[in-house]
Amino acid sequence: MKILTSGNGDLIQPPDLDAFREWNRTQKSKALVDKVMTEKEAVERFLKDGDYIGIELYGTVRAPMSLVREIIRQGYRELRCAGQGVYESDLLAAANTIRELDWTYIGFEVYGLSASARRAVEGGYVKKVVEWSNAALSWRFKAAAMGVPFLPTRVMLGTDTLKYSAAKVAECPFTGMKVALLPALILDVGFIHVHRVDRFGNAQIDGISGFAGEMARASKRLIISAEEIVDEEITRQRPDRTIIPYYLVDAVVEAPFGAHPGEMSYCYERDEPHIKDYVKMSKDVEQASGYLDKWIYQLENHQQYLDLVGANTLEQLKLGEK
Amino acid sequence: MNELRYNPSELLICISARLMADNATCFIGTGIPMLAASLAQKMHAPNLISIFEFGGVGAQLEKLPLAVGDMRTFNRGLAAAGICDIMETATRGFVEYGFLGGAQIDMYGNLNSTIIGDDHAHPKVRLPGSGGANDVGSTCWRTIIIMQHGKKRFIPKVDFITTPGYLSGAGAREAAGLPPGTGPYRVVTSLCTLGFDKETKWMKLLALNPGVTVEQVVENTGFELIIPEAIDTNPPPSTEELRILREEVDKDRYYI
Repeated sequence: MKILTSGNGDLIQPPDLDAFREWNRTQKSKALVDKVMTEKEAVERFLKDGDYIGIELYGTVRAPMSLVREIIRQGYRELRCAGQGVYESDLLAAANTIRELDWTYIGFEVYGLSASARRAVEGGYVKKVVEWSNAALSWRFKAAAMGVPFLPTRVMLGTDTLKYSAAKVAECPFTGMKVALLPALILDVGFIHVHRVDRFGNAQIDGISGFAGEMARASKRLIISAEEIVDEEITRQRPDRTIIPYYLVDAVVEAPFGAHPGEMSYCYERDEPHIKDYVKMSKDVEQASGYLDKWIYQLENHQQYLDLVGANTLEQLKLGEK
Repeated sequence: MNELRYNPSELLICISARLMADNATCFIGTGIPMLAASLAQKMHAPNLISIFEFGGVGAQLEKLPLAVGDMRTFNRGLAAAGICDIMETATRGFVEYGFLGGAQIDMYGNLNSTIIGDDHAHPKVRLPGSGGANDVGSTCWRTIIIMQHGKKRFIPKVDFITTPGYLSGAGAREAAGLPPGTGPYRVVTSLCTLGFDKETKWMKLLALNPGVTVEQVVENTGFELIIPEAIDTNPPPSTEELRILREEVDKDRYYI
C-alpha cells in the first residue's frame, strides 16, 4: 500500500496485536468467577502509573465518576489517556494526573472551554497532545476490537487534525482512493459505567451505547462500575442486552449514582447546580483544588461522596420508573 | 438595543432553523444547532431527523439537550445507537446536513476549534478540539456553519484547520480524498447568510440580516468576500418563531 503522507504526532500507544491475542488467551480468565470489589481495590489492583487509560462515556453522561475520583485520590501523576471528555477529563487535568493525551475533545459543551485542561496544556504539565477526530478515536478502538492493526477511513483528510495526529494517508490498493489509516488503540485499562452488571461482569447499558462496546474490546484490563449488581438470572434472561460480556471484565464495582454529577439515562438527571458550580470554580486554580479537596481527597470512598451530596439532592435527580 | 424585539442568539437560531428541511437527516452539534433543530421540528419540519454523534437518532426534541450524548438526544427517538454506527452512517452518505460552530473560519470555510496561536506544542489558547466536527465536515453532504461575525473570527488563514472546508480552494477536498460533492454549504452569522461560489469555492454574501448593511459585513470580515449584485434580506424572527423559542424550546434560558 502506498503511503502518501503521515501525521507528525507520536503514536503514544503503539499497538501489538499478537501480544494482545496472547494477553487475551493467558491473562483473561474465561471462568465465571465473582469479580466484585470496591473502587479502591479495583484501581489499586489494575492501574499503575504510566498506564494508558480510557473512560466511557463522558463527563456529564454515564461516566464512571466514582472510579475517576478514586484514580485521583490514589495520586497517579503519569497517566496517558484517550481524551474524549468533559467534567471527568477536567478533573483529571486539575489533579495533574495526565502527561500524554490522544485528544479529540475536552471541553464543557454548553459551558465552554475546559479551564483545567487549558492550564495543563498551556502550562506544560501535559507533555504530549496528539489530535484526532471523535470518530477516529472510536474507530481506533474498533480496530483493536477487530484485532487488526489499523482501519482505513474517510475522515481527517486534508486537515491539520491529521497533520498533528499519528494517522497516515494511503492509496487504497483496491480502488485507488485516498484513505486515512487509523492505528488500533489498545488500552492498558478501560473504565466504563453501566446500568447493570452481574458479579461475573456481564454488563448491560440502556439508551445510547456511545463507544462502550468498542472500548471494552480494546482494553487489556476493564473495570466496570454499575448502578446495580444484579443476579446472573437477570442478565441471562436478556443476554441480547449484554453489550460487554464477562470475559472482557476484570473488576465489577457497585456504584449507585456512579455517574453523578452527570446523568444516567432512564435513572437520574444531571446535577446542574453541581456542574455549574464546578465549571465556575475550575477557572481558578485555588478554587479547583478546593473542589478536589472537598469532593475527593477528604473522602475515603463513593459512599462518603454520596453522603456529602446528600440523600435529598439525589432523590430529586431520580427519574420515575427505571 | 432596547428597541430590538429579539436578541442576536434568537436571530441566529431562527435563521438556522429555516435551513433545516422536513424529513432530512441533520447532524446536530452542541449549542445553537440543538435549539434550531428543536425550533424547526415545532415549526415547518416535524419529521426532521436529528442525529447526535454518540448515538441518538430521530429524537423528539421536547427538552433541550445539554450534551450531545444526553438522554434528550434520543427522547422518543427512532434509534439509540453508538458513535461508530452514527459516524459510519455519515460516511455511507446518509446524512444530508451537518451543523457546526467554530472559533475561526477562513474564506474557504475551513474551521478551527483546536488552538489559538501558531505553535501546536505551546498554544496561546487550547480550545476543545475537533470532537465530531472534523467527521461531520468530512462526511455530511452539506455543512452549515453557525458563528458570530467578527474580524477576529473571519480571518484570511485559520491558526489550525480542525475541520475541512474547501481547504485551498476548488478541487482541493477531492484531491485530499474527501468524498466528492461534500463541503460547506452555508455560513449563518450574526450579520448575514453566506454561501460559496460554485467555481472558486470562495465565500459569498447571500443575504443580510435585518438592518445590516453590506459595508458592515465587509468591515467585520478579515478577507475579501464575493459580493453579488443581488443580495437577499433574511426576514426577522416571526412572532410565532420567537414565542416557540422562548416558551417551548429554551424556556429555562440556557442559551437565549
